[in-house]
Amino acid sequence: MSEAQPVVKCLIWDLDNTLWKGTLVEDGSVEVDDAVRKVVVELDARGVLQSVSSRNDHDEAWARLEELGLAEYFVLPHIGWGPKSESVRSIAERLNFSLKTIAFIDDLPTERAEVEYHHPDVRTYPAEQADALLGLPEFSPAVVTVDARRRRQMYQAGFERDQQREEYQGADEDFLRSLDLVMRIGRARDEEITRVEELTLRTSQMNATGVHYSDADLRALLTDEDHDVLVVSMSDRFGPHGAVGVMLIERTPSAWHIKLLATSCRVVSFGAGAVLLRWLTDAAARAGAHLVADFRRTERNRMMEVAYRFAGFTTAECACLAAFSPPEGTECLHLEAVRQDAPTTMRVVAPDPQHAGQEADWK
Amino acid sequence: MTDSTTQLPVAVIEKQIGEFLLAKTKMTWEPEVDLFASGVVSSLFAMELVVFVESTFGVAVEGADLAIDNFRTVRVMSALVTRLRGGGDGA
Repeated sequence: MSEAQPVVKCLIWDLDNTLWKGTLVEDGSVEVDDAVRKVVVELDARGVLQSVSSRNDHDEAWARLEELGLAEYFVLPHIGWGPKSESVRSIAERLNFSLKTIAFIDDLPTERAEVEYHHPDVRTYPAEQADALLGLPEFSPAVVTVDARRRRQMYQAGFERDQQREEYQGADEDFLRSLDLVMRIGRARDEEITRVEELTLRTSQMNATGVHYSDADLRALLTDEDHDVLVVSMSDRFGPHGAVGVMLIERTPSAWHIKLLATSCRVVSFGAGAVLLRWLTDAAARAGAHLVADFRRTERNRMMEVAYRFAGFTTAECACLAAFSPPEGTECLHLEAVRQDAPTTMRVVAPDPQHAGQEADWK
Repeated sequence: MTDSTTQLPVAVIEKQIGEFLLAKTKMTWEPEVDLFASGVVSSLFAMELVVFVESTFGVAVEGADLAIDNFRTVRVMSALVTRLRGGGDGA
């Protein structure tokens, strides 16, 4: 587990004298340095999201960004006259990101100070540092996965989906059914391990232990007969969500031990965590095994605790727990698994243990 | 329940929970209707329910109380709130 500064997940740009040279209102036409443009494009390719917080007329500034061919790179732009700390808070909230993973760049020391005052966790940078950002470790994820390269598009599809969800006149579950959600659960292949590792690094709210399993740890377990490394991906009619979850399970004859369960914050509102737990409960019930889950409270994972508890896990004693010794500070939650119905909100395709692990619809 | 100022009538609790559910689900829920019968409840909705109950009624729902059976209907949620508040405010 590393205690280093987390990688920046979203960089929020000021526009005047930061992203572009000059002030739009005063200079009329403003240009973007090639070096800065390169930073925007490269951060996007690395999977770092980018947004805007600028004091300008929204329509004028956005039109200029479009002319410059840069508008598409920015999600959730905040162009207006409110305090920047408020834009930063709102962007982080919409993205469902911790402020510790947000960065802010602005030429004005007063703006940076205002953001720092309200959000001490946000990392701020002066404009002259723009062309040096690519060399900083916090902007250099250890691996860049397929999902990272298309992360912005996945978020943009997500915002469109959210908007339709808000406008939907009916029960939320009916909206979910209208999405044609498909969840695929499968044993991780070698090439998927980097995506899994990235997911456990990026996921804080829905990570049951906060423990980070390294690429090497997970790879070693791929060939271990007693362990299953499962990757979860989802898609719907708006497009793929990419890899959205990972489970590491150690199987013993009497119990399956969930050593790691993490799902992406992007799919929390689809009930992905609850569906996964139900699928696993059903699979364990068929195998006649109990479920045991490690849970270690972190600042941000109470949602995971609620998911386990609502799935029926308790701290009750059971003979099957004798086989496990959880690390210091970790609770062992336990469930006597019983058969579960497949969800009505999505199709779940998973290896069928009764048929040599062949893919089948969970029914 | 020695301190009557911590008491909230069941009707008030149920009304507040009902209003929250209406806003969230766009549906009216009779007190005894199972919220989760129709399918899988999202972790987010479960979390929102727990946070709503805790912040609205000033209680902490922890350990064994954090169970789906305590949130299944408006009535059982209100019973949970009454029981947790009965232990004394902020205790």
